[in-house]
Amino acid sequence: MSDKNAQSYWESNIKLVIKLMCVWFFISFGCGILFVDALDTIRFGGFKLGFWIAQQGAILVFVALIYIYIYYMDKLDDRYKKDSLESSNEATKEAE
Amino acid sequence: MSVQIWTIIFVFLSFSLYIGIAIWSRAGSTKEFYIAGGGVHPLANGMATAADWMSAASFISMAGLISVLGRDGTFYLMGWTGGYVLLALLLAPYLRKFGKFTVPDFIGDRYYSKSARLIAVFCAITVSFVYVCGQMQGAGIVFSRFLEVDITTGVLIGMTIVFFYAVMGGMKGITYTQVAQYCVLIFAFMVPAIFISILMTGQVIPQVGFGSELTEAYGGGYLLDRLDNLSQELGFATYTEGQRSTQDVFFITAALMFGTAGLPHVIIRFFTVPNVRDARRSAGYALIFIAILYTTAPAVAAFARTNLINTVNNIEYSAVPEWFTQWETTSLITFDDKNNDGRIQFVGDPEANELNVNRDIIVLANPEIAGLPNWVVALVAAGALAAALSTAAGLLLVISTSVAHDFLKRSFMPTISEKQELLYARISIFCAVLIAGYFGINPPAYVAQVVAFAFGLAAASFFPAIVLGIFRKRMNKEGAIAGMITGFSFTALYIIYFRFINPTADNAENWLFGISPEGIGTVGTLLNFAVALTVAKYTPDPPKEVQEIVEEIRLPGEAIVR
Repeated sequence: MSDKNAQSYWESNIKLVIKLMCVWFFISFGCGILFVDALDTIRFGGFKLGFWIAQQGAILVFVALIYIYIYYMDKLDDRYKKDSLESSNEATKEAE
Repeated sequence: MSVQIWTIIFVFLSFSLYIGIAIWSRAGSTKEFYIAGGGVHPLANGMATAADWMSAASFISMAGLISVLGRDGTFYLMGWTGGYVLLALLLAPYLRKFGKFTVPDFIGDRYYSKSARLIAVFCAITVSFVYVCGQMQGAGIVFSRFLEVDITTGVLIGMTIVFFYAVMGGMKGITYTQVAQYCVLIFAFMVPAIFISILMTGQVIPQVGFGSELTEAYGGGYLLDRLDNLSQELGFATYTEGQRSTQDVFFITAALMFGTAGLPHVIIRFFTVPNVRDARRSAGYALIFIAILYTTAPAVAAFARTNLINTVNNIEYSAVPEWFTQWETTSLITFDDKNNDGRIQFVGDPEANELNVNRDIIVLANPEIAGLPNWVVALVAAGALAAALSTAAGLLLVISTSVAHDFLKRSFMPTISEKQELLYARISIFCAVLIAGYFGINPPAYVAQVVAFAFGLAAASFFPAIVLGIFRKRMNKEGAIAGMITGFSFTALYIIYFRFINPTADNAENWLFGISPEGIGTVGTLLNFAVALTVAKYTPDPPKEVQEIVEEIRLPGEAIVR
């Protein structure tokens, strides 16, 4: 029971990390490097969009990604602890 | 008051603070010496990590480099921050859960092998030494320019301070001095940036001023447009357009990211917090603290570039401002009146250009170029020293733990007592300070060039070994060792070939897939992954207890050891 719990914790963790890494790659290597010239045709204020993402926006996204990770991992940790507590309680009941 | 007196005041005050903290936080045990007892608040650790990470290179050189490279400078900005996403998501929480003292500790235990541990020790020491020499040199430049002492005296003063708090306090002393140093350095970076932003664009926040219109006095129009126009007029590359090939920028960014995530002095900072949750949290704090400087730096770069062109281009040499002549005495600014008209021509064409400005002085000279008050100029000097010393201390600690803990205690003298180990740690940090100081005074000509080395090596050796150690249970010692050796040697040979053996061939035509030596670490990293996975496939699985450790570090809860 606890093994299954551990496995589902790990799988949710991996899924979260993969999603966040995709955003990480898309913003930095995608928008900041590969499509930067295309995005530069869009302007806001004194900035070209691609240039802004490369020198400012990407860094802000990185910070946001870490905080999203912290938020979901804290929730996941709590759920894991609750579940493993419940399953160990069940196990003791069954033993009785 | 003159700049020099202000500098002496600021440097004296900040140094007294560091020494005070060192006395307050003496380390009594190896655990305190190596990881500050493991009880540092994540906020404090975030600040310490930021100071540890932001070296003389970030503080002094980066904005200057960007102001010359324009949009291509992006690889420093994204590379040196994006690595924190990798650290926070892939490494820090698990290494904290593992709960040891050093990176070689993890490699050695996870790959149940003394050879793996020794390879890791070798990589950690090489990477840290390369890096620390640059810091001592940075401190030397600041001392020589602002306090007008010679570089030797400057380095000696810096060494004494670092020696004092690193040897006495170990990680504990270093952590709390780094917190103070972060405050000093960020204040010193932001004050002139805000001043200049208000002066040039009327905006208080430099990140906003970066995209705003210039004030009347500076000729109006958007700052970046103006800079593009000025650059084109004078024959420099257009500021907001890239010059390097896309694949090269791509690979350099990736190498810096993987390198950031693999640098041992950054990784060990996450061992100092109480638990896994705090490790994640402190990675978040660290990146916020770093982002404050890293989003300001490109704005400073654009301000400084515009200002520099406006101030010096086509003016009479006899009428140059005072800062110009003062930097000339350090040979970091040189003027050669090629057409003998008595005016400075600062243009893109190397044949006609008469002015050479060392990129490293842009940040230091920026407040003077903008005509800010003397105390602001002096503040920058204190900030630059804080940046150089905090990073140097963190690196010296890695060297000392690698020698005393991994090399002596865990590999060759397992029977020594904790007291002896602590003594060896202090002796090795002492020797490391001396060696670093020597290279600070007699810098090998190639210091700036071997920085690529530090990142490339960290990326190609540690990053894959640690990631595979966590995410691939079946990764065994054969795979990890083969991977580390392949990644390390490939990267090292590529850089050595193009930088030392055949520097004339160091251009895009001869590079492998057009990737410069700065970016080759990415290829090294990929090779490491590929070799490790292939070798592991055909060699026996790791022992059962190691696989259990891997399962254990993936789950939340208390650290495995201690």
